[in-house]
Amino acid sequence: MADSPEKTRGNPSEPGVSPPVIAPGYSFGQVTEKISNVVLTPYTPWSWLGGFFIAFGIMNVLLIAVGWLFLKGTGIWGVNIPIGWGFAIINFVWWIGIGHAGTLISAILLLFKQSWRTSINRFAEAMTLFAVVCAGMFPLIHTGRPWLAAYWLLPYPNTMGLWPQFRSPLIWDVFAVSTYLTVSLLFWYTGLIPDVATFRDKAKNPVAKFMYGMMSMGWRGSARHWHRYETAYLLLAGLSTPLVLSVHTVVSWDFSVSVIPGWHATIFPPYFVAGAIYSGFAMVLTLAIPIRAAYNMQDFITDRHLNNMAKVMLATGLVVGYGYMTEAFFGWYSANQYEAFMIKNRAFGPYAPTYWALIFCNILTPQTLWFKKVRSNVPLLFVIALIVNVGMWLERFVIVVTSLHRDYVPSSWGLYHPTVWDWATYLGTIGLFVSLMFLFIRVLPMISIFEVRTLLPQARVKAE
Amino acid sequence: MATDGPHNVPTPKPGNDLVQIGAPPAKAPKLELEAVRQQLSTARGPQYWRSLEELADHEGFAEMMEREFPRHVSEWTDAVSRRGFLKLMSASLALAGLSACTKQPDETIVPYVQQPEELIPGVPQYYATARPSAMGAQPLLVKSHMYRPIKVEGNPEHASSRGASDVYSQASVLDVYDPDRSQTITYLGNTRTWGDFLGALRDAAGGEKAKQGTGLRFLTETVTSPTLAAQFRQVLAAFPQARLYQYEPVNRDSARAGSRLAFGQYVDAQYQLENADVIVSLDADFLGGPYFPNFLKLAKDFAGRRKLDGKEMNRLYVVESQMSPTGGKADNRLALRAWEVEQFAAALAGAVGAGGNGTVDSDAAKRFMSTLAADLKAHSGRCVVIPGEQQTPAVHALAAAMNSALGAVGKTVIYTDTVEPVPSEQMLGIKELVDEMKAGKVSLLVMLGGNPVFNVPADLDLKGGLEKVPLRIQLSAYKDETSRYCHWQVAQAHYLESWSDARAFDGTVTVVQPLIEPLYGGRTAHDILGILSETPGQSSYDLVKAYWKSQSKAADFDAEWRRILHDGFVAGSQFPAKTVSAKAVAVPAPAKKDQLEIVFRPDPSIYDGRYINNGWLQELAKPITKLTWDNAVLMSYNYAIANKYHDQQTVEINVGGRKVKGGVKIVPGHPDGSITVHLGYGREFTGRVGAGTGFNAYALRTGANANTALGATLTPVDGKWQLAVTQHHHLIEGNHVINADLAQGQSLAGEAAVSRGMIRSAVLEEFEKNPNFANEGAFEAPPLDMTLFGENGHYSWTTDPAKTSAHQWGMTIDLNSCVGCNTCVIACQAENNIPVVGKEQVLMGREMQWLRIDAYFQSAASDVANPRLYFQPVPCMHCENAPCEPVCPVGATVHSPEGLNNMVYNRCVGTRYCSNNCPYKVRRFNFLLYADFDTESLKGVRNPDVSVRSRGVMEKCTYCVQRITGARIQAEKEDRKVRDGEVVTACQQACPTDAIVFGDMNDPNSRVNKIKKQQRNYAMLAEVNTRPRTTYVASVLNPNMQLENRVEKKSEHGG
Repeated sequence: MADSPEKTRGNPSEPGVSPPVIAPGYSFGQVTEKISNVVLTPYTPWSWLGGFFIAFGIMNVLLIAVGWLFLKGTGIWGVNIPIGWGFAIINFVWWIGIGHAGTLISAILLLFKQSWRTSINRFAEAMTLFAVVCAGMFPLIHTGRPWLAAYWLLPYPNTMGLWPQFRSPLIWDVFAVSTYLTVSLLFWYTGLIPDVATFRDKAKNPVAKFMYGMMSMGWRGSARHWHRYETAYLLLAGLSTPLVLSVHTVVSWDFSVSVIPGWHATIFPPYFVAGAIYSGFAMVLTLAIPIRAAYNMQDFITDRHLNNMAKVMLATGLVVGYGYMTEAFFGWYSANQYEAFMIKNRAFGPYAPTYWALIFCNILTPQTLWFKKVRSNVPLLFVIALIVNVGMWLERFVIVVTSLHRDYVPSSWGLYHPTVWDWATYLGTIGLFVSLMFLFIRVLPMISIFEVRTLLPQARVKAE
Repeated sequence: MATDGPHNVPTPKPGNDLVQIGAPPAKAPKLELEAVRQQLSTARGPQYWRSLEELADHEGFAEMMEREFPRHVSEWTDAVSRRGFLKLMSASLALAGLSACTKQPDETIVPYVQQPEELIPGVPQYYATARPSAMGAQPLLVKSHMYRPIKVEGNPEHASSRGASDVYSQASVLDVYDPDRSQTITYLGNTRTWGDFLGALRDAAGGEKAKQGTGLRFLTETVTSPTLAAQFRQVLAAFPQARLYQYEPVNRDSARAGSRLAFGQYVDAQYQLENADVIVSLDADFLGGPYFPNFLKLAKDFAGRRKLDGKEMNRLYVVESQMSPTGGKADNRLALRAWEVEQFAAALAGAVGAGGNGTVDSDAAKRFMSTLAADLKAHSGRCVVIPGEQQTPAVHALAAAMNSALGAVGKTVIYTDTVEPVPSEQMLGIKELVDEMKAGKVSLLVMLGGNPVFNVPADLDLKGGLEKVPLRIQLSAYKDETSRYCHWQVAQAHYLESWSDARAFDGTVTVVQPLIEPLYGGRTAHDILGILSETPGQSSYDLVKAYWKSQSKAADFDAEWRRILHDGFVAGSQFPAKTVSAKAVAVPAPAKKDQLEIVFRPDPSIYDGRYINNGWLQELAKPITKLTWDNAVLMSYNYAIANKYHDQQTVEINVGGRKVKGGVKIVPGHPDGSITVHLGYGREFTGRVGAGTGFNAYALRTGANANTALGATLTPVDGKWQLAVTQHHHLIEGNHVINADLAQGQSLAGEAAVSRGMIRSAVLEEFEKNPNFANEGAFEAPPLDMTLFGENGHYSWTTDPAKTSAHQWGMTIDLNSCVGCNTCVIACQAENNIPVVGKEQVLMGREMQWLRIDAYFQSAASDVANPRLYFQPVPCMHCENAPCEPVCPVGATVHSPEGLNNMVYNRCVGTRYCSNNCPYKVRRFNFLLYADFDTESLKGVRNPDVSVRSRGVMEKCTYCVQRITGARIQAEKEDRKVRDGEVVTACQQACPTDAIVFGDMNDPNSRVNKIKKQQRNYAMLAEVNTRPRTTYVASVLNPNMQLENRVEKKSEHGG
């Protein structure tokens, strides 16, 4: 394998100009040490403890909110007729969108041999998993009778001969999300095995040693192991790749299969997928920037990574912007008064502020990413990522709420006001997500050790 | 098992833990087995087991066990082993057996040794009865399930109902089961027996008798019962100086005084709208609801001439002081302030040659008046003028004069005796009574019904008067404001619990039959008068029967009586027409023209306040404002904008120094310079449902200005008065003042409804030119065979007759007939066990009624103050391509072979996707546990044929599937098809104007099919290709085109 092609593949856009994907001067051992030292230490930093307990506290708000929800019913939220879906579905789509970055980075970029992905894929995958956990909760708890929805939406054989209704996009959702969760979990776990084995070997604490030992499933690093590992990983990557497209496509069908103006649109699948990747990368940036600062990982998660992610954000953001334009265009071009009214109502109705905020967050703000100065300004990038996160949440709010609140029959028009329980549930899932991230960082290698080692120049020498 | 050995030690040793636990007698009282047995014998079910647990925790329990069962006592203190557990169980059972040693408690169960002949469990029975009212009795047929009245319908054989009913009748069945009703007889708040009361009243009456009854006064609501009147005559014979006063806050004083002015005697005007080509309403809301006398007949006759079925269409002119349903149905409408109506009437009377001298100010009103006068004269003998109940006596007298001059008498109006045997002008009466009381002339006051302390005019010091009466007795259904000022309060029986009689408005004697024993031991006015008359102890039944026996000429009265009870009325007892001649009256010119006017009206939902504790009525959206759980200060757009008021703003109304705070509600079409308030809200003492709703408009109302007052002032007050409306008439709500949009005529939701084709309407001329106006242009439905999937790819009963089931149900709703009276909404609620959710939930947009009546205001851009109003009842459309069905993940909403869109409650998990995807938004969701599963008495009112839905379940109109099934079962038993008209949905049955027709679309001769074949028939949102089974018959108006400047000349839906 030649040196130069590999290098060009590593830096396809700006060869020789952009910084490398790993800082120079590391040996294999140093890489392993640096990453494993975060975990394999009896010392838990106060900042970790503080952060975790705040997140854990917020997670308990979720438990209270969901407990109260189960006791009283969905009426504790602001949903009503005509706005039958509110925060729950908004949050579901938002979280599931965030969950897209992980798979994209792990699978698609792997298949495209974008080696820079290597140092961010692990925690992006973890983020995916946790985001899907948060997302997966909502379709269940938003139902009127979750204790029945929990299994009636699954096709299990029963004496009554009752099956789910396979024409409903909500059933497709169940399959799409559960498949995605399963494959993401497998992919993540498979990727973890070699590193966990490293931890097993390095851990001094017997409990940790035992746990890592169990998790590493007898990994010894033999050539046969590596061969099988790589085959499996590649297969899973191949399996995950269509999922990146399919999951959010199916989620978009929840809307586009309906007859409601603002939902019933053919642009939805690509527009949703782009939006998902957009928000996913925004979230990866939101997480990566503080983490690399906290653990001094700037050498592994370099400015080049941030730069690349910003570019992906810019590209997907443009696709999303195209989606908005298409919606507006079809409002006029369809010559359908309901569509036209829907667009007008979005822009000038009671929820107009959310629409314009969304345009600001998702369309205008990312345009700054055209400038390299912005892309390489880490604090600014962090702020932009946060704004995009908010913007993508607003996008779902606009789609769900403003489409429903004024549809066909004017007598039934209404307004939606989220209640304190809506907010508590939403914040609670953020608490859950962050808690899980904290735990992940503390007990598992946040960066793939063995893959980062392949980035070192020494790895290439050996290959030759 | 050997390990259990040590636990088998039978006798406890002194000094061990056990004895210590049981020992300290100071802490725990000693338990006696007998006492325990007693205690347990009264408990049942879960309570029994709970008592048992509490007992076992009792500190004296172990000691008692030791005493009674020394051998087993150790078991109680052991940690529970398997064996110990078994023993514990057996001991529990032994204890359970304790109660078996005593006699079973007495319980009323119903073991039929001989089943009553007519009672088949599950098969309802129907009894004829009537709801007494000052506006004439509403004849009813009440459905009884296992002796529980559960549903009220109109009596189809009675001329005053013809099967139709009204909101108050429909909702009254809920009052029977109201747990807040007065349940006992109280003296100064303490419970007493009927015997105590009897004694007390007899003693007092004895004293009165000596004085010839000088101090005895009766205050009743309007008496329409001939039997009660006869009883009064008996009482007056015994107490010659006693006097009877009748008072209701919503009364017919104007009509009475007007009749006195015009005819010199009290008569009722009976309008025969079936003969009228031109109808003029002078502020008469005769299509609005049962607060107008003879509403059912008037509405039916009015709508009967608007079906375009060959009969010439009538024309309705309305001059009114607020936006009313009648004004909404008007072909030509003129909004005037209430005091201007009198002037208008006088001017009109002058113009039609009935003598009159009014002055009409504005050009529009002048033009309206002269055009109207010309039209009336052109239709002489085929026209009628109806004066408003809340208008002045002069308007009534002028209307009588006009009807007389226009040759209407005997054709479109007849005059008869009054409904009440003793007609009176009640405002004068109550003032006289208060004066008498204050003068100390009253020593015994018997109030039979009513709540005068709450609703007498504010300038009468009734409370002060009452305090001077030594003994005050009240018969009332609720503990109310008046009860607090009475010594005795006797629980009144509901009319569905009482025997009585009443006259319908046409005079037909109608029997009030009880459907159930008084649930709370209530008494009737007959019972109380019985004590004072010569017939103590006689039951109401005997009294009513005896009275009609005395009036009957039949040879076999018992047979006659059976017939009367069966029919519910005495055939042929309606009043004959009286010959009277009207005198012309002069009206004085009003003095204070420019002041703000306040108009008092009975509330469309809770009437004069008596239905305030009825959840169905409280949550019923009022026809125009769509307001629930409140009254409001109603005003026009222009007035609100000029004075910077907005919806839900709190304002203080000041009328002559009397002040009340309320919330503003802007109503399109309300005259400027005037506000309207509804009476009955703001109760101080009422049940749980009515508490804290609305403001008390009676506090502003004086005897002299009972209907309107000039000189009101409004002051804005801080704070928002939240008004729970179910439908907003304008697009931007709350504090966003609507001016900017309004200027462009854009802000009325009705604009959108018309441009979207929800409402399709034309004037008669256009319709005659183009009968197909409702199905042209933008609203053309896609062809039925349009499909992506080729010939066999599409389910449709219409394209594949082989697949059709025997019946295909469908419904039509005639927008021309609907008067928005809401009866169907309550009928649906009663039939289908629909819960009440409360103001907070309505504010959140979660009302549960399956059927709603949309009211759309539409106006030409230049004339926002004078809009058209369209009512549109919207039940489930039962779409053939129902968008709700494919999106349900569990298949909880599915199509039946007969074309119903069914809801399977058991299967529903509540994703609400179906509701989101319903273009008509007719689905309702149980966001919380709305159905009351706990209140025992409310279980009685439920329809046993319909499930009560729990939390988390979607529900919606089922086309009354239980009624369809009932008819199908009957048809199958008789081996035939269901006949047309056999299935009648609850809304259809209740409708006073026959606007709703339901039937089999497979039957070419069915009524529904014939209506669907009309060109005016259209499907709402047909362009979405949902193929709704519920379709609408487009509205056709018959305005006088000389006055028409509101509606564009072209077909309206084009825009």
